Amino acid sequence: MSDATPHPQPVPRPEPQYATMDQQAEAASFGMWVFLATEVLFFGGMLLAYAWLRASHPDGVAEAGRHTKVVIGSVNTLVLLTSSLTMAWAVHAAEHGRRTALTRLLAVTALLGLLFLGLKGYEYHGEWAEHLVPGLNFQENGPHARTIELFYFLYFLLTGIHGIHVTIGIVLIAVMAVRARRGAFSAGYFTPVEVTGLYWHFVDIVWIFLYPLIYLAGRSGP
Amino acid sequence: MMGLPRTCLITWAALVALLAATLGLAYVPMPGPLNIVLALGISVAKALLVLALFMKLFRAPALTRAAAAAGLFWLAVLFALSATDYLTRKVEPAGDLPAPTGREYQSGGR
Repeated sequence: MSDATPHPQPVPRPEPQYATMDQQAEAASFGMWVFLATEVLFFGGMLLAYAWLRASHPDGVAEAGRHTKVVIGSVNTLVLLTSSLTMAWAVHAAEHGRRTALTRLLAVTALLGLLFLGLKGYEYHGEWAEHLVPGLNFQENGPHARTIELFYFLYFLLTGIHGIHVTIGIVLIAVMAVRARRGAFSAGYFTPVEVTGLYWHFVDIVWIFLYPLIYLAGRSGP
Repeated sequence: MMGLPRTCLITWAALVALLAATLGLAYVPMPGPLNIVLALGISVAKALLVLALFMKLFRAPALTRAAAAAGLFWLAVLFALSATDYLTRKVEPAGDLPAPTGREYQSGGR
């Protein structure tokens, strides 16, 4: 790559409240991890509701799970896992001060995020057409109708809030890509890229758990 | 290839393999809750891969690891204390009693 030669960079200096760049980077990373711990509990409440629903009405949840679009869900999982790879790769490029590679990898990560949202939107459209949206057009008969409605209520809540997180992640990554292109980062300073990466990987981990809970429920059944 | 670290590539390959495994196993009929237990086990393995190799959690300073552990600890508290209610609650059938309407005590008072 042509960007292997280091660009002339000013020596990065910490903000006044920090003694060293390392200390500043450590504080930023720690702050993101504390935030992510609160996010675990944010999703935890909804996952607890799901656990209660599934334990109380296993047959209904199994039937609801078979309504979900497993192909889109699986492809989207692959998309997010790949976006985590390009994000980790971007952080690696930042560590080595490779500006062009960093910019491109961040752009690819953001595009994969957009692809995820696009597929999710297509899936929502299908669910709207199948009258599976509680509160708006839910129409289902049969003995498990109320459980299926609760399942889809949780489905839209969980995937909707996850989707908001993906959207925020895409915006953050796009901002990082623009900053990287303008030469804001160097091998000595790339903390914002690293912290954005932590957020993106967390959003990926949330999806890793949502995927089997939503799409694989009841698949071994009739 | 723009200096793709081998660790990252292997991690991604492992994640994709686990995704294929969890998808395939979901269609295999298994006794009791084994399907969901396996699926969540695979999810935990995937999450650990991301935490360890993409987020480099286990090489992070102790304070950072403590923050991550705190998130999981309070999640466990949330589930455990809720379980003390839901797992020990016995639902008694209400019989033929009508549901209260709020109007029962008004008729006699006026």
